[in-house]
Amino acid sequence: MTTATPPAPPRPKDVTEAGRASLEANRRRITRTSYALLAPTIVVMAVIVGYPIVLSVINSFQADARLDPATGFFVTGGFTGLTNYAHWLLQQCSTPAGTAACAQGNLGASFWTATFNTFFFTVITVALETVIGLWMAIIMNRNFRFRGLLRAAVLVPWAIPTAVTAKLFLFIFATAGIINALLGIEVIWGADLWASRFAIIIADTWKTTPFMALLILAGLQLIPEDTYEAARMDGATTVQQFFRITLPLLRPALVVAVLFRTLDALRMYDLPAILTGGGGGRGDATTTLSILVVREIQNTAVNSAAALSTITFLIVFGVAFLFIRVLGANLTGGEKKSKKVAGVR
Amino acid sequence: MTTVAGPTTAAAERPVFDDRAASRVRARRRRAAGSSVRTGIQAALIVIWCLLPAYWMLITGFRRSDTVYETTLLPTTPTFDNFIQAFNPARNQLGRALLNSFGIGVLVTVIALVVGVSAAYAIARLNFPGKGLIMGAVLGASMFPGVALLTPLFSLFTQLNWQGSYQSLIIPYIAGALPLTVWTLNSFFREMPWELEEAARIDGCTAAQAFRIVILPLAAPAVFTTAILAFIGSWNEYLLASVLSNTQTQTVTVAIGNFVGSQPREIPYATTMAAGSVVTIPLIILVLIFQRRIVAGLTAGGVKG
Repeated sequence: MTTATPPAPPRPKDVTEAGRASLEANRRRITRTSYALLAPTIVVMAVIVGYPIVLSVINSFQADARLDPATGFFVTGGFTGLTNYAHWLLQQCSTPAGTAACAQGNLGASFWTATFNTFFFTVITVALETVIGLWMAIIMNRNFRFRGLLRAAVLVPWAIPTAVTAKLFLFIFATAGIINALLGIEVIWGADLWASRFAIIIADTWKTTPFMALLILAGLQLIPEDTYEAARMDGATTVQQFFRITLPLLRPALVVAVLFRTLDALRMYDLPAILTGGGGGRGDATTTLSILVVREIQNTAVNSAAALSTITFLIVFGVAFLFIRVLGANLTGGEKKSKKVAGVR
Repeated sequence: MTTVAGPTTAAAERPVFDDRAASRVRARRRRAAGSSVRTGIQAALIVIWCLLPAYWMLITGFRRSDTVYETTLLPTTPTFDNFIQAFNPARNQLGRALLNSFGIGVLVTVIALVVGVSAAYAIARLNFPGKGLIMGAVLGASMFPGVALLTPLFSLFTQLNWQGSYQSLIIPYIAGALPLTVWTLNSFFREMPWELEEAARIDGCTAAQAFRIVILPLAAPAVFTTAILAFIGSWNEYLLASVLSNTQTQTVTVAIGNFVGSQPREIPYATTMAAGSVVTIPLIILVLIFQRRIVAGLTAGGVKG
């Protein structure tokens, strides 16, 4: 481990040839030190994440073990081009006669339902969690006597493991459970098409809103109190303060929080896997893409599962990219608005 | 779900009395009292919303399995039987699963921290070409969908005959904890008083000594917070564990997911809720003790990143 001090900014007048050379050497040494310090992390991530992902993409173009219709023997492997991708995207299943549309009940036929479910859950839960989280954050940001109790309480849903949350809501939404008893209804939450979906949404909103509220609260605390003071002096109402000060100044923190949550919701697995088993409706009303991958692995169709997990990865990557592009543009818009707020002062 | 204090404020600002200052003060006080009541009501709503389901889980653990659906706030015939049943090794492996989760969590946390501290130090403290790319890669890796890793790891571990082994969980968990560790530590490290390190260097310490003697003790709270977050992440993981573990190596989340009751075909709600409380209460105690630090750690990457 060599020196860790960053190089002093060079002063053109004083720098001699020797001085410039020593600065250059210093900079090289710092770069070397940095990469030596980063090396363990880079190696671990390359071996545990990088290598398997590359392997997965290669495997997704290989055929799974299957019964060869011509010979009647089990055959394994072999390059099959895009067959595994067509299985998911076009619902093509291989049959003795070639390829045909997958029958209802085949996992391939559930792909678009699972994609819809994943996006539906993501959009609804993130929207609900943002709105409720914003409300919670604003309350938590106020000064009152039991603020400590409030801040402790919101950490409780966050601390409960998702698998336990799923079991808890399985009990709450049971046919003889507390929700049906309180509302005086007889909904079978695990089986109904939309009831099962909303059971997932309610459970996820309960579990994750506190996390959202904490992220938003951290953003709120960056807004200086005198901004509000000045607005009040100028006669701004509370509603005006919220829409003209809080929201514009909160936008950067809000964008980051929504991005984090969106990418997290797109990989949702624990809740639907335990709460509904992915079922409801015709059997796949709450199946997410992650559940579909696990089911395909349990079918021992590992290469086909590799194709699906590659598709899932590309979807998540695409959403993240879009987000940064679209909301990045909005971010600059937000800065313009905050300049206007500064003008109010 | 309104957050605004109400439309009365503008009117209250225009005093009609002679003593304008006094009336303004009075109006502000009245408004403050009104808004603090409203804040209190809303805060109470949030506390109830957050705690009621958790309370329901805890209290259901004390109900008898034949009265598990009763809607009273306290069990009419309280029993401790569910907690004993949850640990009954003939049916459920909760005790073993607790040990597994604890062991795996500690190992993963220690390894991720040892590897991650030096990387976070380099990112926070040193300027080097490619830093932006590295930070992007770290953030990208923490957003990575678990299923994309599950499939290839499943094939790899099958080939290696590692199915149901501890390392088949520990290894991917490290990869999951590491980016988060680096990211959180980095945002903590950026706020450290680095002048102290420079002072130590001037006094004759080497860079490694300065880091070990001066910075590491100061960074201990940050490292500890990051450790708690990494441990909770590992403790709560379900997707990989549900596919890659067996009955011997299963973690608590998998054990609870597969809970079976005393009667076949019956969903053992009371026992499951008891087990859920057992699994959750240590976490909640940990979180409440280190509340401030955990909130700081959770939000550190989000706001300043």
